[in-house]
Amino acid sequence: MQNKDGIDRTNSRVPLLQMRGITKTFPGVRALDGVDLEVGRGEIVALVGENGAGKSTLLNILGGVHQPDSGRILMDGREVAIGSVSEAIRLGIGFIHQELNLLENLDIAGNIFLGRETTRGGFVKLLDREEMERQSSGWLEKVGLRLHPATSLNRLSMGQKQMVEIAKALSQQARILIMDEPTSSLTVAETNRLLALAEELRARGVAVVYVSHRLGEVERIAERAFVLRDGSCVGTLEGASITHDRMVSLMVGRKLQVPSGVSRSRRGQPLLRISNLRTRSRPEVSVELTLHTGEILGLAGLIGSGRTDLARAIFGIESALSGEVRLRGEKLQIRHPVDAVRAGLYLVPEDRRDVGLVLPLSVRENLSLPNLKSLSRHGLVRLERESRYGLELCRRLNVRRSSLEGRAAVLSGGNQQKIALAKWLGRDPQVLILDEPTRGVDVGARSEIYRLARELVERGLGVLWIGSEMEELIRICDRIAVMHEGVISGCLEPEEFCEEKILRLAVGPARRSSPPQPPAEFLS
Amino acid sequence: MKREWGILALLIVLCALVTLLNPRFLGAANLQNMARLTGMYGIFSIGVGVVIITGGIDLSVGSIFALLGIVLAISLTEWGLPWPFAVLLVLSGAVALGLFHGALVTRLRIQPFIATLCGLLLYRGMARFIANDESKGFGAEGFETLRFLATGTVFGIPMPLILLLAIAAVAWVVLERSVYGRYLYAVGHNREAARYSGIRTNRVVAGAYVVSSFLAGVSAILLAFYTNSISPSTHGSFYELYGIAAAVLGGCSLRGGEGSVAGILVGAALLQVLQNLVNLLGIPSSLNFAVMGGVILIGVALDSILKRRRELRAREIELAG
Repeated sequence: MQNKDGIDRTNSRVPLLQMRGITKTFPGVRALDGVDLEVGRGEIVALVGENGAGKSTLLNILGGVHQPDSGRILMDGREVAIGSVSEAIRLGIGFIHQELNLLENLDIAGNIFLGRETTRGGFVKLLDREEMERQSSGWLEKVGLRLHPATSLNRLSMGQKQMVEIAKALSQQARILIMDEPTSSLTVAETNRLLALAEELRARGVAVVYVSHRLGEVERIAERAFVLRDGSCVGTLEGASITHDRMVSLMVGRKLQVPSGVSRSRRGQPLLRISNLRTRSRPEVSVELTLHTGEILGLAGLIGSGRTDLARAIFGIESALSGEVRLRGEKLQIRHPVDAVRAGLYLVPEDRRDVGLVLPLSVRENLSLPNLKSLSRHGLVRLERESRYGLELCRRLNVRRSSLEGRAAVLSGGNQQKIALAKWLGRDPQVLILDEPTRGVDVGARSEIYRLARELVERGLGVLWIGSEMEELIRICDRIAVMHEGVISGCLEPEEFCEEKILRLAVGPARRSSPPQPPAEFLS
Repeated sequence: MKREWGILALLIVLCALVTLLNPRFLGAANLQNMARLTGMYGIFSIGVGVVIITGGIDLSVGSIFALLGIVLAISLTEWGLPWPFAVLLVLSGAVALGLFHGALVTRLRIQPFIATLCGLLLYRGMARFIANDESKGFGAEGFETLRFLATGTVFGIPMPLILLLAIAAVAWVVLERSVYGRYLYAVGHNREAARYSGIRTNRVVAGAYVVSSFLAGVSAILLAFYTNSISPSTHGSFYELYGIAAAVLGGCSLRGGEGSVAGILVGAALLQVLQNLVNLLGIPSSLNFAVMGGVILIGVALDSILKRRRELRAREIELAG
């Protein structure tokens, strides 16, 4: 017999977490509309959906950042109110944010114990470093991070920092770990390690709520996937039914047209020729690379392999130490982004929120920023031309025209990326360097960016696509160059495309008498 | 825009209050005097505001008044330069100082606070040395054109106010409508992102220091003839702080990227009304600074509270994703 709330089941069968009919409205937006979510002990549950589908709101409610307008949250079958972040932590909910909440100037132990440092010495409360380090070691071991707790945070890779965050959550007795896009800035090996850790945690009874745009990962580890669309849960997939196609079709509500490898463009003349280029971060090696007209050249590689440094050198952010950049055979002197821009060589940086856009400015002002000279007369901006220019770009990229006057900060990740890209389109680009253009971008905007890149190269441009998702590179690129420790370790033609080949090149030449190792950078 | 209206409301309320307590506030002489001072202070406040919009600060203004004032006095009275040449000398000196600050900040990457603080000390010392630590004056007669600019009126309106309005109009067009203005705000909000957009951010920033020093040079000429005598150790002391106060009251954020000409004008006027209020209401003049500090604090605190509310609401909308 159950009572009408269904709470009173036999205790062990009660799910760890139940969210019932969660509704949340922000001024002008209904972010969540009666969403149900259920997580069992030691279960990995995925939450997928396009940007703006309501994932972040749901997570923020669970993490105590927001309060729901209506709906109930039950843990172990008992109703709880999560009024604040600290209350969420007390309830055993650990939230690993996409942008990690760690202090770079502290060491690992200091971060794990931040705000609850163990002390000794009674009244004066000296920090008890030894005790903190001893306890931290234990937690680090549990997440498989073989580092001394006194290691300073700024010496850690992104993946290692993520592990520290998880160790911190575990040390706070977390029973549910929320991971928001945990792998978006991790290397392949780090991603594998993280997924393995999630499974280990599950075995120890910790539940994981996993949010990711990388559906392959969801497919791999999730036992249940909740698909959100426009603030409602539009489907729950379980076990083997969690497939890429089914998730995507639920997410977008229609079958997505994925450009398959067939429509590759014809490669034309050499457009951008980079020879002997030495970047400041790796002065001991040099880069050779040629981009042709009409091609999307993928640039694969592990994080830290020097792809972004190369892009920054070409664009003049950190000018190259030596070497040549030729555009259509003509030698370019690039000492400042201005020189690159003048030549028609543009960069859409990986860090769109920090450097790709000026967030407090309006979308219109962001779009016209690199192009103001041609939108002005006698040094004065011609506002009506500027507006028309902005509207035209919005139309081309399917960004709502009503967002033109709003601040760029309020757009979703996908729309921000489109704006960061669109601002160069009005300038007659020759070469477009896209650095991780689809990171943290929803499925809809992704396919839009694919379409646009293809459109551009068909008009005779060259696109250099720096990407970490091999599946994506294989699908959209006409050629894939792979970088390893600052040099191009190989270049693959379409008929050679396969994830294993890319990975081998990215990892570097196999070491003697052992099969290709996963990159050693992660555990050290 | 909201900020400017708020500060304007504060200005009007203060004026009404003072008028109620002492009707002499609205007397022609009093109004004229306030307008003259607002004109002189407003001009350099706009310059300081432009620097603040880039996220920098200019502390050297007061000492520039002393140095350029002394140079003006010496070149007119001791070297007998014709006044247009003396003015040219002073203004090009001002531009040179601005370029110097700009270079320190952009080339050597010295923090603006430090660079212009050194300017503050350096120019004050130079002024005193050049003048042998003696006051320099223009006498009771002569230099009528320059005297007119500082002390004259047209239809009862003091010349400095007319000059301020003209300069403000130009500044408004530059900030709101020009390419350079747009670059200023972009650089102020996010210098790296501006650089990634192909903007020569160093030039934009250096330009702001040139504007500030140039307008300080204009103010220096007016102030010199207003006081008619320049004592190098005190002339213009603290004036940089009036400029900063006016800009901040008017909505400039010291983090950069925010501020408007209209706001700075209202801020500059408010400071003069506060000074005036101390005199008219019989408040001991020793409390002068305390009153000013208190009112600025109240205004800025109120604004901060309102802004936080607005931002919280905006953030909620952003998080709605």
